[in-house]
Amino acid sequence: MADDLRKTSLNIRRTVIEQSFRAGVGHIGSCLSIADVLAALSGGVLRGNSDDDPDRDRFILSKGHAVLALYAALHEAGRLDTAELNTYCTDGTAVSGHPDHALGPIELSTGSLGQGLSVGAGVALGARLNGSPSRVFVLLSDAECNEGAVWEAAMFAAHHRLGNLVAIIDANGQQALGRTSDVLDMEPLPERWRAFGWDVHEVDGSDPDALAAQLEALDTAQSTGEPHVVVARTTFGKGVSYMESQVHWHYWPMSEELYEQAISELDDAGAAAGASASASGSQRNSP
Amino acid sequence: MRRAFIDSLLELAAHDDSIVLLTGDLGYTVVEPFLECHPDRFFNIGVAEQNMLGIATGLAQSGYTPFAYSIATFASMRGYEFIRNGPVLHELPVRIVGVGDGFDYGPNGPTHYPLEDIGLMRLQPGLGVVAPADPEQTRAAMEALAGHPGPTYIKLGKGAGTVPGLDGRFRLGRAELIGDGDDVAILACGGMVGAAVEAKSLLAAEGLGATVAVTASVSPAPLEDLAELLGRVPLAIALEAHYVTGGLGSLACEVVAERGLDCRVIRQGVRVVPRGESGSMQHMWERHDLTASAVVDAAVSVLNSSR
Repeated sequence: MADDLRKTSLNIRRTVIEQSFRAGVGHIGSCLSIADVLAALSGGVLRGNSDDDPDRDRFILSKGHAVLALYAALHEAGRLDTAELNTYCTDGTAVSGHPDHALGPIELSTGSLGQGLSVGAGVALGARLNGSPSRVFVLLSDAECNEGAVWEAAMFAAHHRLGNLVAIIDANGQQALGRTSDVLDMEPLPERWRAFGWDVHEVDGSDPDALAAQLEALDTAQSTGEPHVVVARTTFGKGVSYMESQVHWHYWPMSEELYEQAISELDDAGAAAGASASASGSQRNSP
Repeated sequence: MRRAFIDSLLELAAHDDSIVLLTGDLGYTVVEPFLECHPDRFFNIGVAEQNMLGIATGLAQSGYTPFAYSIATFASMRGYEFIRNGPVLHELPVRIVGVGDGFDYGPNGPTHYPLEDIGLMRLQPGLGVVAPADPEQTRAAMEALAGHPGPTYIKLGKGAGTVPGLDGRFRLGRAELIGDGDDVAILACGGMVGAAVEAKSLLAAEGLGATVAVTASVSPAPLEDLAELLGRVPLAIALEAHYVTGGLGSLACEVVAERGLDCRVIRQGVRVVPRGESGSMQHMWERHDLTASAVVDAAVSVLNSSR
């Protein structure tokens, strides 16, 4: 199990590096910081096997600019084939730079920060009204919490005790133009969410096993109860040394030289972990 | 209008379990009957219009038909991007209900005057825009929208009077005509239809024949009806308690220009931001030339000068 999740994380990172280099686009650091979160969700947390199962768990990537990591996770799970993945950011594709629900496994088109949690709360409320066991997982960034609408949704979910709603905060400490602590400090995030009436957990967001264990441990069986938030302490650009916590990797694409270095580092990490970087062939329900 | 709306909603909800009513903490003495009949399908979201539209989007994704209710300015503008990226982008049956015609909120001042909502909503492809003229047309519109798969903005004026000659007619994508005069067409929707019909009578006394096009179905726009009408009159006047950009006057200009029609268009709407002056609806209409006599003056001036 542990090796599996780490292998999935590495494969997600490798796909992110390969595809962003091929497409010549940025948002790499934001993708790398959520690789472990997506690996954990893929690794058995999300239930339901098909896109049209009404009782499936829903996953909403509210920080839509990191969609490449989601494509990579879907690819790992066999829900986005290689040919489709290779259209990322090319002309005429739905595999675009932000999630497009025209693509089957994408639940919600996002890209404007601060909207995913409201919609997720609506879906969670709908599941309760329908008597459905499905749960809703929404992945936000820490800087996304600058948006007031996030807190409107937070108030609503707590007031209506949407225990089937889980927010995951990718707390990587970076935003487009600087450190979150310099731009608009949202810390202490756990205390703020607790003050809004949520069941709050904090976890090492670079440890997919810890993330999976925490997400599995949440009491989401009842659709009434405190909504849950997992503050995942992540590292922006995680896994590529020169990107880690470096703000310009929010936008910059890689040169060929830096691309080679990134791949080499991921290969080394894979070898160190005794993991193969080959596709996993997993049949789990990815996000 | 609001009473007709809630009565219709109750009738529809009686045999449609998917209907849910959301409010941004507004609708005192309007929404209560729904709460009494369907407490499990009523949610006061609080003073949070963005979230109301996000919740509505999520509920619609879960198979519901949410009606999201607030004052028109707040319903249409505070969460505009939620409307765009939610029900419009995802083609979901969310009904956004905005209360108040242009100057309905009279002494409450400019923050409460929706003078651009029709234009803003009309911009979004696939978003229905419906502005009924009276309670009877409101009921007909609610019935016509039942089961409509796309999102819709419904603008409800606060008036309660019946427009003579309209007889509660409403068809999505059609204009409902009152009269058949060939000298001037008067386009109006919502709370301005009454003045438009009054102008038609005054013009008759001047020897001018008018046709009122009640354009309550702003989107889908009644393009064929308008093309036919504007193709047979030399002058069209769009009377609207709305900024002149983006509303019915703009729609008329689009039809005339795109169809190459020989018809002059006057946009009899609001041309300046109403700052520094509020007052009763009637007062504001007069200040902005939104009256039957202003329509008559404009029509007589144009038609006489071209004779």
